[in-house]
Order: sequence, then C-alpha cells, then structure tokens
Amino acid sequence: MFEYAPAPESRSVVQIAPSYGLFIDGLFEEAKSTFKTVNPADEEVLAEVALAGPEDVDRAVAAARRAFETWSALPGSERAKYLFRIARIIQERSRELAVLESLDNGKPIKESRDVDLPLVAAHFFYYAGWADKLAYAGFGSDPKPLGVAGQVIPWNFPLLMLAWKIAPALAAGNTVVLKPAETTPLSALFFADVCRQAGLPPGVVNIVTGAGDTGRYLVEHPDVDKVAFTGSTEVGRQIARSVAGTGKRLTLELGGKAANIVFDDAPIDQAVEGIVNGIFFNQGHVCCAGSRLLVQESIAEELLDSLKRRMATLRVGDPLDKNTDVGAINSAAQLARITELSEIGSSEGAERWSPECSLPDRGFWFAPTIFTGVTQAHRIAREEIFGPVLSVLTFRTPDEAIEKANNTPYGLSAGIWSEKGSRILAVADKLRAGVVWANTFNKFDPTSPFGGYKESGYGREGGRHGLEAYLA
Amino acid sequence: MPKSSAPRLSVRKTFKLYIGGAFPRSESGRTYLVDGDNVALASRKDARDAVVAARKAQPKWAGATAYNRGQVVYRIAEMVESRRAEFKALGTAGDEVNAAVDRLVWYAGWSDKIAQVAGNANPVAGPFFNLSSPEPTGVVGVIAPPTLLGLVSVVAPAVVTGNTVVVVTGGPQVAVTLAEVLATSDVPGGVVNILTGHAAEIAPWLASHDDVNGLDLTGVDDPTLAVELEQAAAGTLKRVRRAGRTDFTNDPGLAPMTAFLETKTVWHPKGF
Repeated sequence: MFEYAPAPESRSVVQIAPSYGLFIDGLFEEAKSTFKTVNPADEEVLAEVALAGPEDVDRAVAAARRAFETWSALPGSERAKYLFRIARIIQERSRELAVLESLDNGKPIKESRDVDLPLVAAHFFYYAGWADKLAYAGFGSDPKPLGVAGQVIPWNFPLLMLAWKIAPALAAGNTVVLKPAETTPLSALFFADVCRQAGLPPGVVNIVTGAGDTGRYLVEHPDVDKVAFTGSTEVGRQIARSVAGTGKRLTLELGGKAANIVFDDAPIDQAVEGIVNGIFFNQGHVCCAGSRLLVQESIAEELLDSLKRRMATLRVGDPLDKNTDVGAINSAAQLARITELSEIGSSEGAERWSPECSLPDRGFWFAPTIFTGVTQAHRIAREEIFGPVLSVLTFRTPDEAIEKANNTPYGLSAGIWSEKGSRILAVADKLRAGVVWANTFNKFDPTSPFGGYKESGYGREGGRHGLEAYLA
Repeated sequence: MPKSSAPRLSVRKTFKLYIGGAFPRSESGRTYLVDGDNVALASRKDARDAVVAARKAQPKWAGATAYNRGQVVYRIAEMVESRRAEFKALGTAGDEVNAAVDRLVWYAGWSDKIAQVAGNANPVAGPFFNLSSPEPTGVVGVIAPPTLLGLVSVVAPAVVTGNTVVVVTGGPQVAVTLAEVLATSDVPGGVVNILTGHAAEIAPWLASHDDVNGLDLTGVDDPTLAVELEQAAAGTLKRVRRAGRTDFTNDPGLAPMTAFLETKTVWHPKGF
C-alpha cells in the first residue's frame, strides 16, 4: 500500500460546548443529571450531555403537544418554508456537522462529508416539498397529521436517521420528541440549534438525550400518538409489545443480515467494489449491510482472491483523515460484540482472514475481516454482527442462492450481481427484502423508500411511502 | 325404487373445517353446537396444519399473474351469487349477499391495479433505475367477523394481492358455506383456510406462530384478547391490522390491502 501523508480535516470548524442540556420548547435547559459522550477514535470525552428522566420526557411531550395545535394548523406551504430553511442551513453548516459526526460517531470524514450530510440536506429538501402537496400523496384527499411523534434513533447514522424521522413528520404537520442514541447525541443537539436558526416555532422539535430508559419513557408515554424507532430487532419487539393495544401508530426499522449474491457472469471488479462497499461502508455499522456474501461456486476462488487484494488497500484509522476508508468502531460495547461473534465464527469452524493493518493504540478498532467456509448454521451467518465482518457462503444454482438468501428472519436488503437482466429481475422478485440493489449496493436517496420485510420491521422511510407513517 | 308416501327426510350438511382445499374434521375430534348444527371445533393442531397449507400455497399464488388472481376472485363473486339462496337460508339478508358479491367484484379488479397505485418510480439523484412495488406479506392470520360481508371484506383484500390466509371465525355456517364457494371457484387449495371455533382458543397460536407474517384482528370483539394478540404478534413483528368494528357497507379504501403488502424497492445502475 502507498504511504500517504496524514490529511486531517480541521477540527476547528466545530465548537463543542463542555455540556449540553435538553432541548425542550425551543430552549436548551440546564442539565440535572448527565453522561459523557466520547470520541470512539481516541476515547476523549467530547461533552457532557443531559440524561433525561421521566419528568423531562413529560415536559418535552407536553411542549410538542402545545406546539402541535399551531404547527398542524399552519398552511402546508408555510411548514414547507421552515423545512426548506432547515435544509439550507444544513447545507451551509455541512462541513461543521460532518466533522462533528465523525468525532462523535467514528465514521470516516469522507463518508460523513460525502454521504451523510448531503443526504441529510436532501431529505429535508424532499419532504419540504411534500408539506403543501399532501392531498396528492395517495393517502386520502384530506390527510391529517397524527399528533406528537416519539422518535428513537440509532448511533450508526445519527444525523441522517434524525432527518429520516423528523423531515416527514414535520412536513405532515406532526411535532416531535426525538431521542438520539446514547453514544452519538451531539449532532441532534446541533440540529436543535439549526431549528433555532431557522426560526422553527418552539416545541415543534424537542431533543431528549439519554439511554435506553429515556427511549422507553418516550415510546411508552401516553400522550405520544406515533412511535418511530430504528435500532435492533430485539428492542423493536419490546416496543411493539409495549405499544400493543394503545392505538399508537408504529413504524420499525430494525436489523438485517443481507445476502449479497454474486453470479458467475458478474463483472468481478465491480462486484468486489460492491462487496467492499456493502460490508465495510461505515465500519459495517449498517442495518442493510451486505454481511452475507453468496458467491457462485465456480467463481468463488477468483472472486475471493480479488476481494482480499482489494481489502488489503483499505485504510483503517483516524476518522478525520480524508484518506481513511474504515474508521473507528462506535463504542466499547459494540467492539465487544463484534469481537465475540468473530471468535464464535472461528470456534465454529469458519476460516478467518484480515489484511495486514496496524490499528491505533487508543480508541475502538476492528480490522476488516472475512470468514470463508461459512455454513448457514453458523452464528456469523445468522446473527447481525453490525461490524466490518463478512461471512462468505457459496451456491451452485440460482434457486439455491434464493433459498439461502431468504433463509433468515430478517428481510431488509439484498444485492444481486449479474450481467443478465432477466436473471436479475427474476431473482429480485424472489428475494424477501425491502431494498434490492442490483449491480450496486448501499445506495440511498430521499425519494427511495427504505424498510424491511419480516423481522426487519415495518413501514417505509423515504419517498412518497415515507409520508404514510405520519398521516391519518 | 318404490315410491314412498312418507315425507322425505332431508340430507343434512356436516360443517367441517377447510384446510389445504379439503374439508377435514377437527383433528381433535371435537364439535360444538351452533344453531342446532354440530360444527367442527378447530384446535391448535388444526391451526398449525392450516398455516402449513397456507405457507405451501403462498409462493405459487403470489407468483400467479395479477390478471389470473383477479379472475379467480371474480369467480368467487360468481359462485357466491349462485349460492344466494343458501346464504339467505342461513339468515344473511339479500342486501348483504349483494354487497358481498359487489365487494368481491371490486377487489377482483384491484388485482392488477394495486401495484400501480401503491408502487412508484422514484427519481433518485443519480444514474439509477429505481422502482418500488408492493408485494404480499405472506401468510396472514385473519380473525374474521361472523357475517358474510364481514368475512369477504377481510379475506378478499388479503388474498387478491397474493397473500394466503388462515381464517378463524365464530360464524361457522356462513364461513363453511363460503368455503364451499371457494372450493368451486378455482381458488387453489391452501390459499384460504377456514377454521371454525373460538378466537380466544385458536387466535393466540396464530399470533405467536413463527411462520405467520400478518394478523388481522378485525373480528376480535374482546378488547383484552385483542391486546393479548397484538402483544403476542410483536414476538415475530407481525404486521397487525387492529381490531375495530366497522360498517362493512362503507368504502373500504386501500387500507385492508396495504396492511398486508410490503414495499420492495429495486435499484439498478443505468449506463451504456
């Protein structure tokens, strides 16, 4: 690998305060109880953040309820203009927010700068335009907002997940209380400031930081009309159970174990790029990651050689370095989970391989890893690892590929690599997954609905479909 | 045969279950008395058998052309029409039979239109083909209302889009008569399975069954049971259509269909 000189993005574009309170009713409150958020790349404490308790969530929901009266009564064209303003401010502050996101999350600046932030702004632009066109969305001639939405988001794409939740909710006339993930609260708090800059009326967006309990208070709050959650399937089940019988509307975007299927006629170099993007993008902290590579037996050897050569060129390290491909694992807990499942992979008999790569001494790191000789019974083929770990299985016929691809309780995404159009379409028809990428992978767009089949959850985010979750 | 002067003794019908296109008795051997008839009382095992039948039938039914599924549902309407007298004899008013037939015709027409109404071409910001289309959720457990129009209003929307269903109903004579309609309507065996019995006994098994993808609670009257079923369904993240008595003569809208549809979005690059 070429030696590259360090090319760090400047940290000076972002000013992180020593502590942050909750954002309720348009104001940052003084934090009573706090926790720390760290930079996973070096374990440095970035800030202290408020830990919201039940009374805090009460106040946030009450503020959202009060704001709902006026916000929902605004003409859609006025709501649209607020959202357009937010989109513009995000574009203007995108470098600052990208650096912040990489600091708090550990993702490479290349991704936060070129993927996360552009998509965040685009998402607000897209839904801004819907706010005054809801009657044409296909959900009735006079669709109504639901009320107060309680939204809980994960740590893998903190600001993007916020955009996916808040943009359609506000466009449809709802108000929100959003809880960012415990390990990545900062970009949501900066977003609160974006809302202030945009002049958004107080209470329309409220941010309550905290851990799992805070999220639970929020989704179980009796005055919440709509719950939207992105996270693990296990927590999704608990939420579905707790919401049962309450009449609250619920959408869940949960785990995945996507098959990335490579047929023998696939363009190998492109497929290898797609495989690498599928599993090593964002350190594999992606619910739709292509974590199971299904490769046709006749090309397996050639493809794996090529994949290993490509993996050897991945640069793992400082998330703020513009040349970094793979950043830090988001937390010690996640690193422990990835490490444990990888050890199980080896002990169950799969063959483990990683390229030579030196990892920093401090922070949370895991080298890009592939397992070959994986069978469907292996835990690394069944469980979501949520890290840069790829399980490789082989198949002989298209039927076998489909059978194996669908042999999972998950159904979020899938990939197909082949030059044969009719085969791609036939296989795409048979895959039980909400997003199918053919000859590409991990592509996202605000106009394109995203969400799962089976135990990957229900409801869609993005596109016209994404409005349905916020309209009655 | 010599003519008898004695009044003719009628031949009664045995009300049995409808599973996989056949009419078995309950494997439990149980029956219960409904309006003077001994009706098969479905058990947990019957529910599981019905799920197996529904799962087996699902891929082929979903894989049939939308045109074909529409024709089959239209055929159901024809067969209900022809059994009008039978439904009336069971106490179904003529208006309700009319409404049920019309509802079936309405849904028959949806088979090859729902994808155009619920699907989308998505103008993504890049050189990609991107299309979202609805697909059936899979096997749906349906706790159905006891009336003909109620039954049709929950079964037709689920199956016209390619799902297969296991129906639990407390209106057994009407449901079994509808099963006889289905058996003569070119509906493949296993697409609709009907269990007569008690929702409180059978529905929890469907709600927690790992191979059931959706649950329609429209026919659940007991609110406590509805909550329990919804909670059980959370275990496998089933799509749940919540309980609620509605006036089935109203325009049903798209919701009964979209409740058991998934959206699949396919991306492909464009390039020379």
